This record gives sequence, structure tokens and C-alpha cells, in this order.
Amino acid sequence: MTTALIRARGLTKRFGSFTAVDGVDFELHRGEAFGFLGPNGAGKSSTMRMIGCVSPPTEGELSIFGLDPVADGPAIRARLGVVPQEDSLDVELTVRENLLVYGRYFGLPRPVIRERSDRLLDFVQLADRQNDRVEPLSGGLKRRLTIARSLINEPEILLLDEPTTGLDPQARHVVWDRLFRLKQQGVTLVLTTHYMDEAEQLCDRLVVMDAGRIAAEGSPRELIGRYSTPEVLELRFDPTVHENAAEKLAAVPAQRREVLADRVLLYVEDGDAALAAVRGLGLDPLTSLVRRSTLEDVFLRLTGRRLED
Amino acid sequence: MAAPAPAPVSAQPGGPLAGLPWRTRPSPVPAWSYAVRQLQFWLTDYRRTWRGSIISTVLNPLLYLGAMGLGLGTLVDKHGTASLGQVSYLVFLAPGLLAASAMGTGVGESTYPVFGSVKWNKTYQAAVSSPLRPADLFHGHLLFVGLKLTMASSVFLAVAAAFQAIVSPWAILALPVAVLTGLAFTAVIEAWTVTRTKDTSLAVVYRFGLTPLFLFSGTFFPVTLLPGWIRPIAYLTPLWHGVALCRDLCLGVATLPSAFLHAGYLLVVLGAGIFAGNRTYTRRLYV
Repeated sequence: MTTALIRARGLTKRFGSFTAVDGVDFELHRGEAFGFLGPNGAGKSSTMRMIGCVSPPTEGELSIFGLDPVADGPAIRARLGVVPQEDSLDVELTVRENLLVYGRYFGLPRPVIRERSDRLLDFVQLADRQNDRVEPLSGGLKRRLTIARSLINEPEILLLDEPTTGLDPQARHVVWDRLFRLKQQGVTLVLTTHYMDEAEQLCDRLVVMDAGRIAAEGSPRELIGRYSTPEVLELRFDPTVHENAAEKLAAVPAQRREVLADRVLLYVEDGDAALAAVRGLGLDPLTSLVRRSTLEDVFLRLTGRRLED
Repeated sequence: MAAPAPAPVSAQPGGPLAGLPWRTRPSPVPAWSYAVRQLQFWLTDYRRTWRGSIISTVLNPLLYLGAMGLGLGTLVDKHGTASLGQVSYLVFLAPGLLAASAMGTGVGESTYPVFGSVKWNKTYQAAVSSPLRPADLFHGHLLFVGLKLTMASSVFLAVAAAFQAIVSPWAILALPVAVLTGLAFTAVIEAWTVTRTKDTSLAVVYRFGLTPLFLFSGTFFPVTLLPGWIRPIAYLTPLWHGVALCRDLCLGVATLPSAFLHAGYLLVVLGAGIFAGNRTYTRRLYV
């Protein structure tokens, strides 16, 4: 039995009358990559800020490394790395100076910071920009610098709040690759995201959050197995017949049917067989797609809404 | 809820993190050292701008003492200096300007740089994710402003001495008084700035705070020349206490009780500012 690295019981955060996090329980172990998946406003960032010891919980228990985030904030934060949702780099300073300043916050001696900076700048592929000012750097480069900065204290837990929001696909893949390597190194990753592909790529285990509560918890595979079917048939009809067709589809045997504004999703064991049944009804979709279930489908099932809405 | 814990992955050589798994812990440090770390940040930041800052630190006293002390002072001195305490206008003005420019530095440091850190760059939010606490950021900045005030006030006194505007060796004690004056303003205004969400409210400090204080706190003429009903207001302003004590020291006429009164008043304002700032910083950064 390993002791939990982070443990929350009935964790609650209220802002005035608004409850951002509503009594959540979770436990995290060393070496895990743990994700909070949910739409904007689900309470992911508030939870992260409480774990980061910069937001006192309103109610409930929270312990990090067995310590109390309110009383032992400095001791806990010394062992955390934080990649916030909004960039908080000093844009007036150079890439390297940002690492120096941040390393000094952790009381690291300059030679140690210099040596780590060399290594981290290589790791995030910013070595050739190290003496450039931060301001003109692209969003992707800033994100990578933020990740390098969060590692200057060699943290045991890395907290990432929507690490790739706002990045172009190529920049996202670079970030994912670096995070994956950190995980290989044994860094415990805790991340929030509203991208299901990010959660599937990076997380060993995740909780689905909605309106401040945890709707489900498990590995991506478990969640899909529990809340969705192996395959999904996506159908798109001419808008004029969309509703009519959606009704007729009730005749197709499917575990579940979701009628979205632009598509109809049929949750089935065998997508091709279902498509044949659709055609057998005389329906002629404009496009059809048979695909595997994803976390997006789990979320839709649990909340009735799509993640990125 | 409790999922099986995955086996800890052992560190691989050659990765970005050399020191895994974690054995060494940073030893507990005295709380003041956190503030010193934030001071180091501001010093790193200052390295970018120190040239321009040094130039204005030297140039401002030269310009003011030259234009007002010598230029305007020639006119004033012709009409008798009884109300100035029988000293030349230059000698009267120099200590007032010393305190007033300390206030100016303090207000400048406690508005836009602080607002930028919490709102534009969000470097304060980044800093509280390190072991530093909100109050450490506040104290670290006060230390930085204290250093800057010491430097600027020293330069001012040196320039004033070159203008032969300093007539007593006690003037050396005006240096800490000027620093204290500047810090009192810094602490109070900074405690307020950190609560602001729009930069437009900062302009109010200059328009309704800095400028009237600068003009009516005894810097350019004795407060006794003001209408009687307005004088008590002048006596309540921290700047008047800073100006009065700097002037008494520079003229060599300070008495112990009045020195205690003035310095005590400034210390109370500084203490109140620190008390308030500890709270407002925490409230803004721990949400």
C-alpha cells in the first residue's frame, strides 16, 4: 500500500454564493499521470489552484505529500512545479533570466540554476533562443519556456492547467511529447484539459468533472468501456431531413442515440452493421463515419453536453 | 475511488531531471530570506532600466535646484527671507525637494510596477507558486524600494551639497528620513494598488494625491503661509512630516521631541501600510 501523494476528501471551494468545486474526493499516487477532464467552468482550475497551495479550500480535507496546504504552503510548493493556464513569464527578461529568477525563488544557488537551465533549455528546445527577450516569442515557445521554468526545482509533482490550450496542432504535439518524457522519468503529472485527445494521450487515470463535481473516474479505457460502446456511427444528413431522419433512426438497434445539432451518433457494438441497417431503412446520409468511442462520448453520455461547447 | 497505484518509474539517466528520485529536501529557511529572494528579482529587473533611472536620479535634482533654487530663489531672496527662517530660498527648498522626490519615487514604484506584476505580466501569480508567500513579495518589493530610495536620496544630498544648499552636518540624518518618507508612501499605496483591477484608477493617485501633496506640503513655501483652515490638513499629510524633519536636520535646528514626532508619524504610516499590504496581497493572490 503506497501512501497517496495527494488526497482530497469532500474538497470544496466557494466564491461567495458560487460553488466552484463541490465536495470532490480523489487520490493520486507517485508516478501517475492524472487528469481532470471537463468543460470550462467545471471546477478544474479551482481544484488545481487548491493543490498548488494558492487557494485555501473552503471546506473538506486536502493533503499533499501528507502536508497541509494552508499551513505548509512553502514546504509543499518547494516540491511542486506549476504550469498555469495563463502565461506568467516576465516578458521583459530573456528566456534564461526567467529561469534564473524563478530558480532563485526556490533558493537554488546560481551554478545549480545555470546547469539545470542548460539541461532544461535543451529539453524544451529553446537553447538557441536563450538570450532572446520573451515578449516576441510565439505562444508555443512561451509554453515550452513555462514548462522549463516549472521544472527548475526538479518537482515531484507537475501541475499543468490546460497546458496546450491556444496552441497550434504542431506546438501541442511538441508539448505532449515533452510531458510524456517527464512521465517516463517518474514525474507525477496532474493536468486539466478540455481536450479529450490530450487526456487520452497523457493520462493514466482521470476524473470527469462537471459543475464542480466528479461525474466519473477511471482510466480512459475503463471509462470508455463503462460509459460507451466499442464503436460509434456518426451520420450527417441534409439539414432539411435531419430531424425526420433522426426519428426514423430509432428503428436501428443501438445502445444509445445522440441527436446533435448537425449529426446523429449511434452507439453500437458494430458500426458497419448499423450503417447497413440505416441504409436498409431507406435513409441516405450525406456522410457516415464508423469510429471507436472516445472520452468525448463518455462526457456526452455523462453530462449530455460536448466538452468544448 | 482508490485505484491501484502504478509502480514508481525509476529515473532514467540523461533526462532533463538529474536528481530523481527525490532525496534531498530544501532545509527550512528563515522567513525573511523569502523577501530577499523577491528583492533579487527586482534587482535583476532593474538591471534592464538602471541607466535611464540613474540619469533621471542625477538630472532631476540638478534641474529643480537650478531652476527653482537658484533661478526663482534669486527673486525670492530679494524680497526678504524672514518667513523661510532667514536662509536663502535654495537652502530652504533643498530639503523639501529631498523629501518630496522621495515621495515621488515611492509612489512611482508602488503603482505601475506593482500593478503590472499582478495584472499584466502576472509575475506575482508565478512567484506565489514558488515557496514565496504573498507577504514575501510585498516585503521584497519594499526592500527594493528602500534601496532605490537610499541611492536616489544620497545622490540628491550630494547634488544639493554641490549647490552649497546644505548648511549643517546634521543633514546626513535627512537621508534615512527621506527613505522613511518614501517607504511610508510606498507601503500604503502598494497595499491599495494590489487590489486594483483597472490601471485607470492609478492615475487618480497622481492627480489627487501626489500633485497636491507635492505643491502644498511645505516643499516650496512654508505651510504657515497657507490659509489657516487648510493648515491642519497639511499637518496630517505624511509628506509635511518628512519635509519638516528633513528641513530641520539640513538647517541644523532639529529638536529631539519634534524629530521623534515627525519620524514617529512616518513610522506609524509605514506600519499601517505594511499591516494593510500583508492582507491585501494575500487576498489578491490567494483566491
